[in-house]
Amino acid sequence: MSTVTGVSAADELPGPDGGTPLRGDRASTGRLGDRLFGGFATFSGVLVIAIVTLIAVFLVVQAIPALTNNSENFFTSRVWAPGGEKPAFGVLEFLWTTVAASTIAMLIAVPVGVAVALFLTQYAPVWMRRPAAGLVDLLAAVPSIVYGLWGLIVFFPVWKPVQQWVEDKLGWFPLFGTAGITGGTIAFIGVVLAIMVLPIVTALSREVFDQTPATHKEGALALGATQWEMIRTAVLPFGKPGVISAAMLALGRALGETIAVTFLVSALPDGAKWTWSLFNGGETFASKIANNASEFSNPSKTGAYIAAGLVLFVLTFVVNSIARIVIERRKAFSE
Amino acid sequence: MAKRIDVSDLNVYYGSFKAVEGVSMTVEPRSVTAFIGPSGCGKSTFLRTLNRMHEVIPGGRVEGKVMLDDQDLYAASMDPVTVRRTVGMVFQRPNPFPTMSIYDNVAAGLRLNGVKNKKTLDGIVESSLKGANLWNEVKDRLNKPGAGLSGGQQQRLCIARAIAVQPQVLLMDEPCSALDPISTLAIEDLINELKNDYTIVIVTHNMQQAARVSDRTAFFNLKATGEPGRLVEVDDTTRIFNNPSQQATEDYISGRFG
Repeated sequence: MSTVTGVSAADELPGPDGGTPLRGDRASTGRLGDRLFGGFATFSGVLVIAIVTLIAVFLVVQAIPALTNNSENFFTSRVWAPGGEKPAFGVLEFLWTTVAASTIAMLIAVPVGVAVALFLTQYAPVWMRRPAAGLVDLLAAVPSIVYGLWGLIVFFPVWKPVQQWVEDKLGWFPLFGTAGITGGTIAFIGVVLAIMVLPIVTALSREVFDQTPATHKEGALALGATQWEMIRTAVLPFGKPGVISAAMLALGRALGETIAVTFLVSALPDGAKWTWSLFNGGETFASKIANNASEFSNPSKTGAYIAAGLVLFVLTFVVNSIARIVIERRKAFSE
Repeated sequence: MAKRIDVSDLNVYYGSFKAVEGVSMTVEPRSVTAFIGPSGCGKSTFLRTLNRMHEVIPGGRVEGKVMLDDQDLYAASMDPVTVRRTVGMVFQRPNPFPTMSIYDNVAAGLRLNGVKNKKTLDGIVESSLKGANLWNEVKDRLNKPGAGLSGGQQQRLCIARAIAVQPQVLLMDEPCSALDPISTLAIEDLINELKNDYTIVIVTHNMQQAARVSDRTAFFNLKATGEPGRLVEVDDTTRIFNNPSQQATEDYISGRFG
């Protein structure tokens, strides 16, 4: 068995003929410090992969019995009656609410977050940059229950007339139709989520924009670029992979956000009519599971909720994979 | 299209720090002028005032006058963006835009000027790359990233990018200092060809290079440590290297200091 426990930086250097790196190079990986650290790093890496895999296995194993007993189509049904002799449940409503609210959140948070990051790195006076950035980071540290309280008590009364106005003017458009909900709607949740994830987008984007090499910026300026043109030719392309990662991290948070959403959603009564309206109520995966934690009384019922959790898990996974692919595809152009 | 540069009594400041003092000189059109001098003597700083790039650094400002033919580059009504479109620049380290292809790098300045027509762009990209002696090496991979080229090729790509917008003047800030001798030679040959069309000003630490490529040479020096840099003398290159009128220049080019 090889005693090599890690890979040294020298392994990445090109070989003597300028060809592929000398992967077999074992430069100083065999000493105690290298072995300890290499072993620890490898162990941590394997541990994380194992945990993620085990969570997936847990979700699948727990969900299968419930799913096989399900008398409704799991993906296209809106019924949720997982208890009793003949369990019947589907996730369509949660899927729609979760995806719609998160999409709204991203549509608001990504452009605004990127704009704030550009302001902080490119436009703001130098003395203001660090304190303002710190303030934005602080926003990310606000607990989500506080956002929930704030949303309910402060923001909702402000939001209500805006929503009413859109309903009146654009009600003919299916997404803005009247649904007769008095509490928090999908659109409202989306806006609150946008405010919650905004600091994530801003903090990470600011970090990458700040690292744009001065030579790239000067290259653009020397061609006669205005400030905005310089940002477009040098800063944004350089930061793009970082912004995509930031957006995905934010989307992950929005999809899975529980407390604030549970606080603000209006659950729909059984058999409520289907509507495309964003001004309808509805539960997200996370809020549905959280609201009904007390119902996990038997395995088949619990299994239904776990199956819903599994869908959320897969959804987040797919979103992250797409982001990875997008970043990889442009890799040759980002070094 | 090349223009004359006329500098009179120029002081350059960064905040309250005076970096360069009292420079007056004329750069003739269609000639190569080299700036030489020890490190930190303000030659790069002075070069950057010729297209107002020194203003990119916070606190950068000048006193005095820079005329491009009859245009005052520091007139109140003059937009630095316009100046930089007329006076192009090539930097010490090759800096092609890493996210852009070779083609897009050359077209970048044109696109900033609003040129959208594909045929026009194709034509200018080709002629600029030919003008930078790079066309034959890259014509089959115009859509590959510019960052994949060798250092010397990247620098010629940056020259192509700069001449694509057809500037009046081309400023080069130690364009060969990051390159190997062969690539350096390629750039020097190119400078010789470019001076038929452009006014060229080049900063260099390499005195042989100054002697090889330039028609006129300006020697910059510090009066003393902590003092601002100043222009010691500017003259025909042959005179500067054979029979300079100032003792400091003589000392510098003969290697007695610097």
